[in-house]
Amino acid sequence: MSLALIAALPFLGALLPGLLIRAGRNVCALVTGSVTALALLGILLHAPAVLRGEVIQTRIEWLPALGLDANFFLDGLGMLFAGLILGIGLLIILYARFYLSSKDPMGQFYTYLMLFQGAMVGIVLSDNILLLLIFWELTSLSSFLLIGYWKHLPEGRQGARMALTVTGAGGLAMIAGMLILGNIVGSYDLTVILDNKEMIQASEWYFPALILILIGAFTKSAQFPFHFWLPHAMAAPTPVSAYLHSATMVKAGLFLMARMWPVLSGTPEWFYIVATTGLITMVLGAVIALFKDDLKALLAFSTVSHLGLITMLLGFGTQEAAMVAIFHIINHATFKAALFMSAGIVDHEAHTRDIKRLGGLRHLMPVTFAIVCIAALSMAGIPPLNGFLSKELMLEEATHTVWLGNHWVLPALATIGAMFSVAYSFRLIGHVFLGPVRDDYPHKPHDPGFGMWAAPALLAVLVVAIGLLPNAIVGKLVEATTLAVTGEAIVVNIYHWHGLVPAFYMSVIAIAVGALFLKLHKPLEAAWLSAPRPEAKAIFDAIVEPIANLSRRLTDWMHDGAITRYMAIAVLAILAAGIFAYETGAIGRASRTMTPITLVPFIGWVLLVGATIALFAFHRDRLLTLVLVGIVGLMVSVAFAYLAAPDLALTQISVEVATVILLLLALNFLPKQTPRESTAGRRARDGIIAGAAGLGVGGLIFALMMREPAFTSIAEYHLANSKPGGGGTNVVNVILVDFRGYDTFGEIIVLGIAALVIYALTEALLRGGPANDRLLAWKPDQKRAGDRHPLMLVVATRMILPIAIMVGAYIFLRGHNQPGGGFIAGLVVAIATVMQYMASGFGWTAARQRIDYHALIGYGVMIAGACGIGSWFAMRPFLTSSFGYVYPPFVDKFELATAAIFDVGVFLTVVGAVMLALASISRIAIRAGETVNLEPFDIQPDGPSQPQEGR
Amino acid sequence: MEFLVASGIGMMTACGVYLILRQRTFPVIVGLAMLSYAVNVFIFASGRLAIGLPPLISDAAEGYTDPLTQALVLTAIVISFGMTAVIVMMALGSFLETGSDRIDTDEPDTAEQESKP
Repeated sequence: MSLALIAALPFLGALLPGLLIRAGRNVCALVTGSVTALALLGILLHAPAVLRGEVIQTRIEWLPALGLDANFFLDGLGMLFAGLILGIGLLIILYARFYLSSKDPMGQFYTYLMLFQGAMVGIVLSDNILLLLIFWELTSLSSFLLIGYWKHLPEGRQGARMALTVTGAGGLAMIAGMLILGNIVGSYDLTVILDNKEMIQASEWYFPALILILIGAFTKSAQFPFHFWLPHAMAAPTPVSAYLHSATMVKAGLFLMARMWPVLSGTPEWFYIVATTGLITMVLGAVIALFKDDLKALLAFSTVSHLGLITMLLGFGTQEAAMVAIFHIINHATFKAALFMSAGIVDHEAHTRDIKRLGGLRHLMPVTFAIVCIAALSMAGIPPLNGFLSKELMLEEATHTVWLGNHWVLPALATIGAMFSVAYSFRLIGHVFLGPVRDDYPHKPHDPGFGMWAAPALLAVLVVAIGLLPNAIVGKLVEATTLAVTGEAIVVNIYHWHGLVPAFYMSVIAIAVGALFLKLHKPLEAAWLSAPRPEAKAIFDAIVEPIANLSRRLTDWMHDGAITRYMAIAVLAILAAGIFAYETGAIGRASRTMTPITLVPFIGWVLLVGATIALFAFHRDRLLTLVLVGIVGLMVSVAFAYLAAPDLALTQISVEVATVILLLLALNFLPKQTPRESTAGRRARDGIIAGAAGLGVGGLIFALMMREPAFTSIAEYHLANSKPGGGGTNVVNVILVDFRGYDTFGEIIVLGIAALVIYALTEALLRGGPANDRLLAWKPDQKRAGDRHPLMLVVATRMILPIAIMVGAYIFLRGHNQPGGGFIAGLVVAIATVMQYMASGFGWTAARQRIDYHALIGYGVMIAGACGIGSWFAMRPFLTSSFGYVYPPFVDKFELATAAIFDVGVFLTVVGAVMLALASISRIAIRAGETVNLEPFDIQPDGPSQPQEGR
Repeated sequence: MEFLVASGIGMMTACGVYLILRQRTFPVIVGLAMLSYAVNVFIFASGRLAIGLPPLISDAAEGYTDPLTQALVLTAIVISFGMTAVIVMMALGSFLETGSDRIDTDEPDTAEQESKP
């Protein structure tokens, strides 16, 4: 299966749960699980090759100019993580099906989960760092949705915000670091970057890049001092905690460190930053975990500690340590996910996660007890479970590592971390499950159904199996992954018994002292509680709140509700940018001569400028304004016609008509005068701003027109290929329907949406409320016409309608070769129809036309889209047009082009959109008491002269 | 010719900017329409002016003007109609809802007070 498809599958799957939840929760979970299983199958099919050390690649060029390609590759490291993400994802989907209550919107949950899963799979499969960064940010966003899933809980919302702030900020730092890395190497391909260790480490930008990338990794993997967000994210539903905060998202940081290990590690900077951070995090997390009473908080801090352990191992920079890190990633995912799910079961059954309120559960929940026992003992590092194996190897590595010339600091601190780890693991078993059965649980607990404990039980089985037969089960995987991380092959051979080496004594000490700590938990806890500790959330809030306040003040200051002010600021800013460019740039000499001015264009110019000046002076009289705008529009279309743009002239003049009708309809309900409100000073200020803007724009275009283009124009290409490539001689139309057909497709969609927005606004206005009341009480403020539907107008428009439609058809058909086309034809037909409304009124006309304008827009967009998709069947890209000639008898040969079908779509959308917009405003008029006429005109030429009207 | 076109664009821009700085919806709509004209002609003119050289391929043609800017402007004209229609509707809606066609929300809305019975 193509890697791109594997990465896309969860995203596609994210669409399903929201739809299928209507078919029931089981169907929903089943389908979600099937998609994940399919993606997992895709990975497993590649497994034999990857285990042999091969690298699978899928390359898709996306934006090669930016170096952004959708390249994916799968090596051992990617496979390990993809397997974890999809495998544990599958278990989580099963578990969540039974964990979520019937009140929780399950479809939404699975959709978020699949989005997250897709983002994670994307990270681990990306072979392009820009692509990786996109997926990285997507995990932050989707985890925000998951953590805040229970929107009614304030802790959930705050936790989600904190996680997003910390990991999002880290992600931004990482973007910078990655871009630096890409710049050093000159490629954004991960495989290329990984081959250039010397170049990167020799660069003076190595250290900044390292720091920035590590900030990204540390925030994601909750390393000190960014560890505080993880416990707060525990407000999420437990399936989320089990998935994101034990197995996958927090490991994304580790993944990244492992991924970049070949080029970033091996330097003293790497060792001291990464290993020390990991060490501190490991010890600190373990100590705090011992004193947490909330089961999930305990597990969260233990996760922080174990992530620290893995980070430290990666920091050592040796191949053996990296191997141990990888092995521990597997082990931690198995036992920690099982523990989280078990904690969820306890919470679900006993209605509390507070360790102080629990105890003695082993009799009530034997199955859960067994699972927790196995997983927690593995976490404590008790033989022969898998956690023991990796912890022993970690201690072994620690004894070999020298820190600042000191041989014992690392082993000693590692042992201390291990002690606390043993203590909290034992506490988890001892204080929750052992001891006497209590009678004051909030809810009488018992084991849940099979569906709920199946997933953690399977993980517990894995814990034991890997513990007993590590080499047989995961040996090859660890070998392949280590090869991917370090670039050198290694033979993995994991023993239970290493002899009486220092690591053995350290292990024994850790278990003994850990058990003692549990015995002394009460006094230790008292000491811990009385000791001063910085509260991470308070510090976080103290930092974030002033920033939030500052940004709020800034926003309030800029957006104070005065739109005129924003407009003025925007215009001034653009002016300033223009002045800056003019002052700093160089402008060449004028290289073109001016075209001579003749009399007719000069008259047109006088009309245009005169109308514009009159607009300044008389803009308060709104009807006069419309007349003046009409003159300006007319002159613009004349100018287009004169300046060799016949298509533009036709479009402009028909749009002009539609615009003026529209404004007239609206003006019916608006005040007819604009009151004089602004002071003379303000008017002068606005006049100066407007004058400066006009001078700037006019000067810019004058300078532009007097010079040849700085770059060769692509116009030549379009002119040369219009006939041979697009089959039409009207280059403008060929560009619209063929060369840039995709743009046009987008544009007609925008036009359709605009019309639908207008319709929706009308509906909202007419639904009731102040606008509706105001309309019902409407009193016309102008005198009504004596003859609302004049006989002459009605007869004339009736005669014109078929002619206009024929003209529309003609303009449409000749569009490919002569001025015309779908846009103009659509406008002409729309205006001809609007004329009927104007002549005979809305009611009469609406009763006689059976076309639904919404449907017209829909058909138009669909026909244009279908025309584009049609080219797929000819194995060509979307909207590739083709054409040919037919020779029917008796008439001249003529051309048939698929672009004409596309143009039909354009035509229909334009007609539908224009008509829907105008008809919507007319509906407002009817609500305002406009009479609806049943007859075409008020005065019957052949009957009684009484008008027949209805409401 | 170039001077006429440039000065026309400049005048329309100045008029449009002046009108969008007014405080009522209608002049702002008209101002945006004027700016649309100015911008459309600006884009069109950036293809340089040519008289009598329409971009229609024929053997008799002596040359062609730039068809690309024309295609850009053609859709821009239609889209600006759609945009104008939407803001007209919004202006109408806000006037009918509030009884005022002021656009600034920071100043006390006297018109609304007056229109309320």
